[in-house]
Amino acid sequence: MKATTTKETAHAAGPVRAVRTPGGHSFRMNVRAALVVLLLALVAAAAAVVLIGSGDFSMTPGEVLTTLFGHGTFQQEFIVTDLRLPRVLVGLLVGGALGAGGAVFQTISRNPLGSPDVLGFGQGATVGALTVIVLFQGGAAAVSAGAVTGGLLTGVAVYLLAWKRGVHGFRLVLVGIGAAAMLTAVTHYLITKADLVDATRAVVWMTGSLDGRDWAQVWPLLIVCAVLLPLVYGHGPALRVMEMGDDAAYALGVRVERTRLLLMGSAVLLVAVATAAAGPIAFVSLSAPQLARRLTRSTGPNLVAATFMGAALLLVADWIALDAFGDRQLPVGVVTGMLGGCYLVWLLVTERKAGRI
Amino acid sequence: MQRLTADSVTLGYDQRVITENLSVGIPDHSFTVIVGPNACGKSTLLRALSRMLKPSRGQVLLDGQSIHGLPAKKVAKTLGLLPQSSIAPEGITVADLVARGRYPHQGLLRQWSPEDERVVQESMASTGVGELADRYVDELSGGQRQRVWIAMALAQQTPLLLLDEPTTYLDIQHQIDVLDLCAELHETQGRTLVAVLHDLNHAARYATHLIAMRGGEVVAEGAPGEIVTAELVERVFGLRCQVIPDPETGTPLVVPAARVRGARGAEKTSSSAGRA
Repeated sequence: MKATTTKETAHAAGPVRAVRTPGGHSFRMNVRAALVVLLLALVAAAAAVVLIGSGDFSMTPGEVLTTLFGHGTFQQEFIVTDLRLPRVLVGLLVGGALGAGGAVFQTISRNPLGSPDVLGFGQGATVGALTVIVLFQGGAAAVSAGAVTGGLLTGVAVYLLAWKRGVHGFRLVLVGIGAAAMLTAVTHYLITKADLVDATRAVVWMTGSLDGRDWAQVWPLLIVCAVLLPLVYGHGPALRVMEMGDDAAYALGVRVERTRLLLMGSAVLLVAVATAAAGPIAFVSLSAPQLARRLTRSTGPNLVAATFMGAALLLVADWIALDAFGDRQLPVGVVTGMLGGCYLVWLLVTERKAGRI
Repeated sequence: MQRLTADSVTLGYDQRVITENLSVGIPDHSFTVIVGPNACGKSTLLRALSRMLKPSRGQVLLDGQSIHGLPAKKVAKTLGLLPQSSIAPEGITVADLVARGRYPHQGLLRQWSPEDERVVQESMASTGVGELADRYVDELSGGQRQRVWIAMALAQQTPLLLLDEPTTYLDIQHQIDVLDLCAELHETQGRTLVAVLHDLNHAARYATHLIAMRGGEVVAEGAPGEIVTAELVERVFGLRCQVIPDPETGTPLVVPAARVRGARGAEKTSSSAGRA
């Protein structure tokens, strides 16, 4: 029995609004959520422009914008389009993919901690990548392929192990945590087995960074996001119904197991490809959906808002990593780790205040 | 006429068989209640009728077709289910929860039509939760919450509605509340209701058609006034009792036989069984 919760307003987000077309079609419109998404898109865009302009060769935001529209000097064009724009695009896509993947998993497992970080898919991708680095001394492309394979195999294994007449939230979380622990052990083992050069490469990869990302990383990410994100968004209504429990979802005509499999597969692939591009970046998939929900104040998976929140979060973290520490440049994974820690502490404090723990 | 029937079904979980070769039909426009002792298979039967449990043999038929072969959304427009335990997402309002019941009628291009709006308002009005529309579901009492779930099931607009133990976790005032609501829905809206109830007296009072089960088999079927006798109660529940007419409604009222004090082990009752 909860104590009276400190819900900020006495009323909820208001009645359902819809945009209706003359052809009899209608689309749900949540005004607040749409504004939140717009705001996050602006934040992400602003961070992107600032990031493109920062570095040894610094440019003002105005110069960045003119260069992006094709009117910069030759030098500016090179710096922007060949060096910095792909990095920022990777950051946007990775953040978005992680945010969406996190939102899907948290909704399916009905647990705010049920994110791909915790469930072992990131760790699986790490093992895949490290196997390539340590055992095969592979190049960058091979490492990425290894990461995607590792993530997907972990996804399959966790799903199969958690399956018992269907996959239910609690079991999924437990199996995922177990898998994460075992995979972390394998990771440490691989590092101890590696020679110094490989071990260094491995550790650098594991920290999660956007350094050196170029167009070769952008295209696979872009294709995967362009295909999977609409697919995931399209299942948003089914996900909202599945939140109410499998029985209620079944009763309302959702093909529960099939939808769950499809969505989990998409989310695992999104996270695996994101991890392959930038290494395992902590806490974005855990915190982006929850932060998005707090901003939109709407129940439901908040898939689009989580995507944009992830993108904005990652770019802001990258900017902090590059600029806030003076001469030292940190990999973005370190900053997201710190931000994630702060987020969890804040969550603890607010939940305590609301009397929920 | 029976739209929903189970045809020689064998039901079980993993290796355990609960019912074998069971055939049962739900009369249209009835308020059918399934009763029986624990583990008699009544909830299992309801789950099979609602498509959640697949029979290992035999089939469940809806309008003459096997229910498992029909598209899920189509079944959801004909058959609604109030599950025993559903999860209200945190921070959801009553109106939002009832609105989710419209899912079978919606699609990617039809996300919230005027029809949806109207049905949700009507469902909330007929279950008496209209004034609670903006309240958070987790702040409501047990009885109010159950009404909200019923409103959601009503918003599905199904001619058949299955209820899995709708009153089990409620106090007596709310139990009667919910059952009166079901009776009203049955009478004024002509829906076919099928409920699993634990309380035999409630079942006898509200049902128009009673199915008594024991050990995975149907022991008796029919109007409560016709089949509820002391013999039946003893056969199904192993309980010695008298059956008298309910002073309020005239339906059968089961009065369990009194315990004879001090006579442990002796099967004595203070009045003869069988007086109906």
